Amino acid sequence: MGLLSDPVRRRALARLVLRLNAPLCVLSYVAGITWFLALAFPPLTQRTYMSENAMGSTMVEEQFVGGDRARSFARDFAAHRRKSGALPVAWLERTMRSVGLEVYTQSFSRKLPFPDETHERYMVSGINVYGILRAPRAASTESLVLTVPCGPESTNSQAVGLMLALAAHFRGQIYWAKDIIFLVTEHDLLGSEAWLEAYHDVNVTGVQSSPLQGRAGAIQAAVALELSSDVVTSLDVAVEGLNGQLPNLDLLNLFQTFCQKGGLLCTLQGKLQPQDWPSVDGPLQGVQTLLLMVLQQASGHPHGAHGLFLRYRVEALTLRGINSFRQYKYDLVAVGKALEGMFRKLNHLLERLHQSFFFYLLPALSRFVSIGLYMPAAGFLLLVLGLKALELWMQLHEAGVGPEQAGRTSGSSPPLPATQRVGLASLVAPLLISQAVGLALYVLPVLGQHVAAQHFPVAEAEAVVLTLLAVYAAGLALPHSTHWVASTQAPDRSWMALKLVALIYLALQLACITLTNFSLGFLLAATMVPGAALTKPSGPRPLCAALLVLTSPAATLLGGLFLWQQLQEAPLSPAEGWRLFLAALAQGVLEHHTYGALLFPLLALGLYPCWLLFWNVLFWK
Amino acid sequence: MVDTCFLGRGFTTLVGLLLLPFGSLAASQIEDQAEQFFRSGHTNNWAVLVCTSRFWFNYRHVANTLSVYRSVKRLGIPDSHIVLMLADDMACNPRNPKPATVFSHKNMELNVYGDDVEVDYRSYEVTVENFLRVLTGRIPSSTPRSKRLLSDDRSNILIYMTGHGGNGFLKFQDSEEITNIELADAFEQMWQKRRYNELLFIIDTCQGASMYERFYSPNIMALASSQVGEDSLSHQPDPAIGVHLMDRYTFYVLEFLEEINPASQTNMNDLVSICLI
Repeated sequence: MGLLSDPVRRRALARLVLRLNAPLCVLSYVAGITWFLALAFPPLTQRTYMSENAMGSTMVEEQFVGGDRARSFARDFAAHRRKSGALPVAWLERTMRSVGLEVYTQSFSRKLPFPDETHERYMVSGINVYGILRAPRAASTESLVLTVPCGPESTNSQAVGLMLALAAHFRGQIYWAKDIIFLVTEHDLLGSEAWLEAYHDVNVTGVQSSPLQGRAGAIQAAVALELSSDVVTSLDVAVEGLNGQLPNLDLLNLFQTFCQKGGLLCTLQGKLQPQDWPSVDGPLQGVQTLLLMVLQQASGHPHGAHGLFLRYRVEALTLRGINSFRQYKYDLVAVGKALEGMFRKLNHLLERLHQSFFFYLLPALSRFVSIGLYMPAAGFLLLVLGLKALELWMQLHEAGVGPEQAGRTSGSSPPLPATQRVGLASLVAPLLISQAVGLALYVLPVLGQHVAAQHFPVAEAEAVVLTLLAVYAAGLALPHSTHWVASTQAPDRSWMALKLVALIYLALQLACITLTNFSLGFLLAATMVPGAALTKPSGPRPLCAALLVLTSPAATLLGGLFLWQQLQEAPLSPAEGWRLFLAALAQGVLEHHTYGALLFPLLALGLYPCWLLFWNVLFWK
Repeated sequence: MVDTCFLGRGFTTLVGLLLLPFGSLAASQIEDQAEQFFRSGHTNNWAVLVCTSRFWFNYRHVANTLSVYRSVKRLGIPDSHIVLMLADDMACNPRNPKPATVFSHKNMELNVYGDDVEVDYRSYEVTVENFLRVLTGRIPSSTPRSKRLLSDDRSNILIYMTGHGGNGFLKFQDSEEITNIELADAFEQMWQKRRYNELLFIIDTCQGASMYERFYSPNIMALASSQVGEDSLSHQPDPAIGVHLMDRYTFYVLEFLEEINPASQTNMNDLVSICLI
């Protein structure tokens, strides 16, 4: 009772907090980063295990032998595709029907916000083809999906061949309790999104698609397949989905156990599994894989068709066949057997996958970190913001207490109301202007692409990206413009109030982001928190300005790209990096409009205005 | 929830423990009493066989029960004296690659479902309430004869139970449980109503020995597949069907029973010693 209500003790407590604040902040930040790096090491990482009792072990007999059939289907598909230039719908329908499936098609069309490099036009239309294998003795209440996305650049013909051969094999078995849908989509993920929206009868992204004629029940799980050659040296699995959503860990465990059973080499993030976990090498490699996963998850990009299924609560994975320069190669039969085993085990499910984790990080294919163990890393980083806000609050309060007491003793009216009024105006103006710039960043690039393309010799896609960069840079000129709106007589302490508001705003945003997409939240916190904590108008301005610019969201994106390439052992030169950066910006805007990815609006409408507030604080006069 | 009863490919040895409800006795006394069991002048035999699990991944529990049913029928107890309680969702399960069969040996050697299986309580009728009513005889008058245990004081009854269990309870079809105290009370009611002469209680679940800890009625012999704190292991994994076909304890019991013919002189001690392998 005495500690917080006694003014003397309170002031002593406040002084203690203020004195310890800087070391605590540094300690907290370092703890957060260290905790994150330690995630790949044994006490924090555990072996994966199958949690779903109904799926059990890999005890099935795989009988798939259709390797030749798969290759011949693939050859025919590739030939027909070359001839027609688009997806050979008639051939697919005929073949699926001959294999014994119920075949349906769906046409879709979509207006892109700007013509990107892949499509080079505004309207994209295509036809999806899917065949349903009905369960022989069960009601069609549940289904599994095997999907092969085909695009203009990635023809994926081997995967189509394997899918058709598997369909023929599955059709001859009587033990299916769920329907199996074999789906071939055109234009890669655009077709997948159109199909999913029509299947679930929603319209989230504004694609026009014809309604589906044939349905098969609630989808329990999906596997997307991408094969570029008919022999593979390894299978790469992708789990990160749209907005950083992840499938249930049991699906990955299922895939991993079948790879082990068939002796297939499986990679995660393109990296092989480290064998020596007891020593230090294994965890160090795990840190690299973990960083790659964090970067991929933070981008919010659906790394494969599976990423779009996750939004509808359908657990899904993408399997990519990699053909590298290894000596030992696996043919389509081996891949087909692994898929057959997976589907047979998924067939045993009685409920949706729910026993295992939905939030996790993967240092390796057989190791994972659960959410309870990785959240403290982000917690430590956000604690810094909280501590700084507390310090500012106490400083403001002390500043308010001083003149108040003086006013009471002298008997004259305290100058507090005037200070407060000015304080409010000098708070609201920067907030509004920053948000306005953020809104401009969100809206202008796509809206103004035609105007920009008319006046400058650039294509629409480039116009969008350049407008984005222009608005971003224009925001840097803001501090000088804010003072036209606010009164020129800004008192000394009101930058503290602005910084306090900015800190709380940043902390709230980062906390909300971290809850759903830990990787994005952590990355942004790790880069933005030092700048946010250290900014103040006094002190070395150029240095602080440089720090702030280097830790702004755009610079984080640029740095992330370089880091990603570095970790994949393909480092970029600065020019290549810049080009990749521009392409990533365009892709971010495009994905937001076509799939509803949230990275672009989050950065433009949330984090960039927040960062501008700190920029304002830095250049406070 | 993860049920520890599912542990495939057991490599630990099983111990079945013989325990009579007379407190602590020397082993030789137990053997004498075991030898005298079933020789005390009963006039009819009954069997109550209960499988408390449903769903495809519990195939082995149904196969267990059906193996015991098959042996019991083959050795002379007719269907009219067998009360069989099964979820019966294996043979016609859409996941069964060999419809209308339930196998107990891998490579599909023995189809225990057969042509003439008579299930008395099937699917959702296998509940704790129905089981206790069968045992105690408190059955509504509209119940058909085939669903009643019409035993008297000269009946020897075999009660076989299998499924998922824990320390002191047995799970019925994922929705309810029967405790060892309830079971002991039901047997006492049977004794008071003179519904049995001697009772052989066999249970094949995890921690099965806990189910007979509380018996306090006379003339009951109880066998369990595992001690308290031990799991019962599944046996016979079959990749063609995709599940484990039998539990280890019942597998060996079945092997033992397959060799018995109506003229054999094997007694209870032999059954018990088989179980100690």
